[in-house]
Formats: sequence, C-alpha cells, structure tokens
Amino acid sequence: MSQTTHHAPGGGLQKRIETNSILLVVAILILVSIGGIVEIVPLFYIKNTIEKVDGIRPYSPLELAGYNIYVREGCYTCHSQMIRPLRDEVERYGHYSLAAESMYDHPFQWGSKRNGPDLARVGGKYSNDWQRDHLRSPRSMVPTSIMPGYPFLAETPLNGAHLAEQMRMLRVVGVPYTDAQLENAAADLTAQSAPDDPGAAALRQRYPNVVINDIASKGGVTEEDALVAYLQHLGVSVDFKLYDDKANIR
Amino acid sequence: MERPPLITKRMTFGETSLSVIFAALAAASFWIALHAYTAVYAFHAVLFALGSAGAVVAIRKRYQARPAAPAPLMIDGRPNYNLGPVKFTAIAALFWGVAGFLVGLYLALELAYPQFNLDLPWINFGRLRPLHTSAVIFAFGGNVLLASSFYIMQRTSRARIAGDLAPWFVVLGYNFFILIAGTGYLLGVTRGHEYAEPEWYAILWLVVVWVVYLLVYLFTLARRTEPHIYVANWFFLAFIVTVAVLVLGNNVEIPVSIYSAQSVIVWAGVQDAMIQWWYAHNAVGFFLTAGFLGIMYYFIPKRANRPIYSYRLSIVHFWSLIFLYIWAGPHHLHYTALPDWAQTLGMVFSVVLWMPSWGGMINGIMSLSGAWDKLRTDPVLRMLVVSVAFYGMSTFEGPLMSVKAVNALSHYTDWGIGHVHSGSLGWVGFVSFGALYCLIPWVWRRPLYSLKLVNWHFWIATIGIVFYISAMWVAGIMQGLMWRAYTPQGFLEYSFIETTEALHPEYLIRAAGGGLFLIGALIMVYNIYRTIASPEIDTAEDIAASPQLAE
Repeated sequence: MSQTTHHAPGGGLQKRIETNSILLVVAILILVSIGGIVEIVPLFYIKNTIEKVDGIRPYSPLELAGYNIYVREGCYTCHSQMIRPLRDEVERYGHYSLAAESMYDHPFQWGSKRNGPDLARVGGKYSNDWQRDHLRSPRSMVPTSIMPGYPFLAETPLNGAHLAEQMRMLRVVGVPYTDAQLENAAADLTAQSAPDDPGAAALRQRYPNVVINDIASKGGVTEEDALVAYLQHLGVSVDFKLYDDKANIR
Repeated sequence: MERPPLITKRMTFGETSLSVIFAALAAASFWIALHAYTAVYAFHAVLFALGSAGAVVAIRKRYQARPAAPAPLMIDGRPNYNLGPVKFTAIAALFWGVAGFLVGLYLALELAYPQFNLDLPWINFGRLRPLHTSAVIFAFGGNVLLASSFYIMQRTSRARIAGDLAPWFVVLGYNFFILIAGTGYLLGVTRGHEYAEPEWYAILWLVVVWVVYLLVYLFTLARRTEPHIYVANWFFLAFIVTVAVLVLGNNVEIPVSIYSAQSVIVWAGVQDAMIQWWYAHNAVGFFLTAGFLGIMYYFIPKRANRPIYSYRLSIVHFWSLIFLYIWAGPHHLHYTALPDWAQTLGMVFSVVLWMPSWGGMINGIMSLSGAWDKLRTDPVLRMLVVSVAFYGMSTFEGPLMSVKAVNALSHYTDWGIGHVHSGSLGWVGFVSFGALYCLIPWVWRRPLYSLKLVNWHFWIATIGIVFYISAMWVAGIMQGLMWRAYTPQGFLEYSFIETTEALHPEYLIRAAGGGLFLIGALIMVYNIYRTIASPEIDTAEDIAASPQLAE
C-alpha cells in the first residue's frame, strides 16, 4: 500500500473517518452505544418489568451466606434458576419464574446451561437431610448423577464475620434490609443455624418463611448449613395460589 | 558503532513516574495483605505487592542496561519496529492456549465421569469452568490479539510502536490480570457472572491496562505515514473501545470493603441479567469477532499475497457489524423473565446480524481470488481460510438459534456448547493458529520449521472439532427433545436424570474431539519451538507494510 493510495469509494464521510483515528473512535462509540441504551435503560423505568407481588423478602443472614457459597462454587455453571413458561418446564419444575423473584439477587443466578435440573423452585422439595446427603455424595442419592461431591462444605466452619457488612452494602444498592435486620444479623445467623434457639421467634418475624436448621451441628455453623438454608428458600416466597398472572401482563 | 554519548543518561519521566507508582502500589498492596478478610485476598494482595516490586526492579535494571538515547524510530530509513512485546505475547498465547485446552478436556472428562472432581473444592466443575473459559478466551485469545495488534499497528503504520515502557506495561499487566483472575477462580473468588467472573480489584487493574492499550494504539496510529487507517485497525479499535464500554457497564460494583475480595454489583435480577448478556454476547462480538476479524484482514491477504477482495464490502460490513451486534444480547434470555419486547429486539437483530457476518466471511474467503491453488500447497493459509468458513458456519447457526421457537429447544442444552465451540475452536482457534504460524517466523526471522507438521495440526484439529460439534448437536437436540417428551397418557416421559444418562456417549465423543484439538496444539508448540530454536536468517525487509486494497 506504500506507494499507491487507495481510493475510498465510501466517499466523503468514510474517507474523513478512516483518516482520523479520533473520529473513528468516536463514530464506533456512538454506533455501539445505541443498541445497549435502547435495550437496557427502559428496564429501569418501565414499571411492569418487575411484577408487583407479595412475599419476596431479602435473604436472611444464613441464606445470604449460602447464596455466597452457591456463587463461589459456580453452581450457576450447571444449574439454572429460571423456569420458562413452556408446558414441560412448568410441569417439571413448577410455576414459571417471575422477574420479581430475583430482584434482590446481586448478582442474578439465572444460569444458561442445565447440566443438572433447574433450581428456581427447589426450596421445600427435599428435606434438609436429603440435601445434606446429596451435597456430600450426590451418587448416594442419585446413582447416575454427574454432580461433583461437596463433602468439604460440611467440614468448613462458616465465616460469617462480614455478612452484616455485605448486607449494609446490599442496602446501599437497593435491597430493603431494615435497621432491625442489619442490627440483628449475627443473632439471626445463630437462630437459623440450630433448632430451639431463643431467637427463633424474632428471626421468623424478620424473615417470614425462614427454614430453621433441624440438626445442630457439633462444630458450629458450617458452610453446608448455609447452602442448605439458601436452597430451601429458593422459589418459596410467592404463594402462587394467590398470584394473579393477568395483573402483570406486559 | 562506537560513538561518544550525545546525551547524558538519565531516567525518563516515564521510568521515574512508573517506578514511583509501582512502589506506592507495592506498599498499598502489602498493607491490604496485612488486613485482608480472607486468606485468598491476602494472597492476591501479596501477588500485587510482589508484582509491583518486581516492576520497580525491572524498570531499574532495564534502565541500567539501556543506552542513553531512546530507541531510534527509524534505522536506515526503515521503521525500527519494537517486536519484544509481540514475541512475549505470542509465546504467552501458546502457553495459555495449551493450558486452557487441557482444562477444557478435564472438564469434559468430569462431565463424563464425575469422579474426576475428586470431591475437592479447587477442581470441581463449577470452579474449573470459568478457568477454562477465561483461559481460552481472555488468556489465549487476548494474547493472540495483543501480539497481532501490536504487530499490525506497527506494520500498517510503518512506525515503531508508541511508548517505551507502555507496550510492556500492557502485555505484562494483562497477563498479570490473567494470573489474578485464574488463581481467584480456583480459590473461590468470583462475581458469578459468566465470562465476567474476576472480582473488582482485578477489573480495576484491567481497566488501567486497557486504557494504556488504547492510548498506545492511538499514539502509534498518529505516527503513521499513510493517511488512511488500514481496515484491520478499524476492527482492533472497535474491539478495544467496545470491550472497555462493556466491562465498565457490567462491573458497576461496590467492594464490601477495601480489605475484602467480594463486591456487590449495583444491578440485580432482570436488569443484571440483561446487562450481563449485553456484555457477554458482545464479548463474543467484539473480543472474539471484531478483534479476530482484524487478524483476518491482515494475515489472509498477506499470506495469500492478494489484495482484499472488496474494500467497499469491508466498509459496509464493519459499520453494520458493530452497530447490529450490540443488540443481540437478549437472545440469551428467550422465554425468561426478561420483558418480551427486549427478547423480540434481540431476536430480530440477531437474525439481521447474519448479513454483515457473512459479508466478512465473503471478504475473507474471496481474498483468495487468483490464489486458490495455495490452499493445496500452504497449510497455514488453509487454516486461515477454514477458520473463516467456520466463522460463516457458526454465524449462520447463531441467528438460527436466536429464533425463539428454535431457542425453546436449544437453550440450556449442549447445543449451545457445540455452537460456541464451532466458533471458538473453528474460527478463533484456527485464525489464531494461522496468524501465529505467520507471525512467529516473521518476527523471529526464521523459516517455519515444518509445514508438514502444520498439515498434521490442521487435520487432527479439524477432525477433533467435527467430533466435538457433532456430538454436541446430537446431545443438545436429544436432551431438548427428551425434556419435552410426553407419554400418550400426557405425563412427562423422562425424569431429568434419564436425560443426563443419555448424554454419556456424546460426552465421551466430545472429550475425544477436545483431546484431538489439544494434540494438534501440542504439535504446534513443538513446531514453533523448533522454529525459534533454529538459526536466524538475515533477510532484508521482505514483508510489505500492509496488504493491498482492492479498488
């Protein structure tokens, strides 16, 4: 190209852009901004993007700890949490997922691949014992399962030292934790981790629907306790007997 | 060449200020390491401290070894190209490529035989998968892009790369980012966003590296002698600028504390999902497509020694590609809780995107006009051209899968895995191998050790890809159909675990395909090793600046 200058058939504008790197960068920036703006910005102001529905609450401290472990172990790489409104999915997993059900998930955990089944409504489907056995040794419960075993979770004490800090930060980004929930984070963690804790009543009041651990672990709260508490909370917040799907038609 | 020094030797402004910055970063990192909430974060802070201290030492040593005057821009009327960073990233790409393919093979075996997880945290599927995706996309692909863009920007500008330390900062800084991200995944540090797992401090570092990368690019282009910016550079600029926008948009997050590896992302639920797939789909569009099209636009015409087929087509397909790609993200969220209007937009634009994608393919393949015979004789060129054919195939499959009716079947299944691998192994992998087979002999000034081995690499890897994607087509469509199968009585016919069991043979074939691809890459490493180990040949400037453009 050194000797011959090529002729820009694009004419004036293209020639001006491809001879000026700053102009080129600006033109690229403008062009790639449009699609993103049109698709993303309305999601923040069109009201029916997130359905109005009762029962969704922020995670309790123990559930939040479990959510952190779910994210840490990359469970979303094999499990979706998004039931599509297709006949077979609704029959297999339950009511299709609502946007509202993940509105306090920072980050969302909808997933993209099902190496294992969807977990959006796994809460309450199995007992705590089943979940523990399955996490420790998946093939003891489902002989042909391809899930990795997570026996180490039962042996790892839960580090809940900074959960309150995370909850405060979540409040900053819009999760409606109350002052009482923030102040009692440590007490609520203990109350949910073992049966017959005196704080159970207060915990239930602050977090309706909460599933309290039915076996006290000998060595204190483990990561497994937290993960099970999180799994048991998945998809149980909305009472679909009362839910009117016509009210949210978009 | 003994000349009395004309300038007294002193540290440049860049050397001094960078030393000060790195010294401060080392101290700050050390402080954070002492107060870190978790051992993993302390480990990363120590890595930052060691890396920064190492940078200070390296700058000092380099200063002592270098001549007083800065490197000349021209020697005997020829540009004095700075090929050090190109060589470094070319080797890094090979290293990360083999590592990433190996992890991929291991993951394939984990899916076929879950015992491979060993019940351990560090190598379970959920932690290894981000390591695989990041290693192949960002480590292998990223280093290929750095190597080729640093080469192409100098060659097409006929100028030495801008900056003295800056290019080294970019290539070393980027690979340091990879190190932090990768070790983080294994130790359980993740943001939980696919293809965007690195936590806030790694991203903060990446942003600095990326800004310097853009500046190096722009300042190098400013040195060009030719008024027109060569088409490959348009694609590289689109890649750099858009990836910056995407990373910033998808990483609006607040660290739980400066002493914590964890951050809280501002977006939640449905908005987070939309922004994530806007990011992730365009990581495909701009990292794995635009960047590698830049490679295609340089290396195919160079290697074929033919002009680009159509300059007009390159203009049309460049602008339409970057405009349309951005819209396609919602096709990852069909039938989810994302509003229908967004899904529909995503589908429509994905289908339209087929056209500019094939515009690029046609321009790449047709550049062989008048040189088709070289496909028979030059396996490197064959690799490059077949990569474009794979690009055409997966950019046809993509729009097809983005149609909602098709997506209802394909989503959540292995069809998606097959689709990304026909794009990543076939297109990104092959165009990268082809570019490296060209680039390495050119920058090391040695002939390629063996074209015969390239031929072996080509065929073994091609067969591997065919095994891989066919197995995933069968697995994906079969599982999708099984999920929705009903008995005559109207019950779901299969439990979930029955659909998993049915995939076992396909998972074995996939692992075999991945293994073949890895073997091909190892053959390449040997070939490259023998090339670099051979004696240098003293060639005159034999490579022209950039390919000719057709009228």
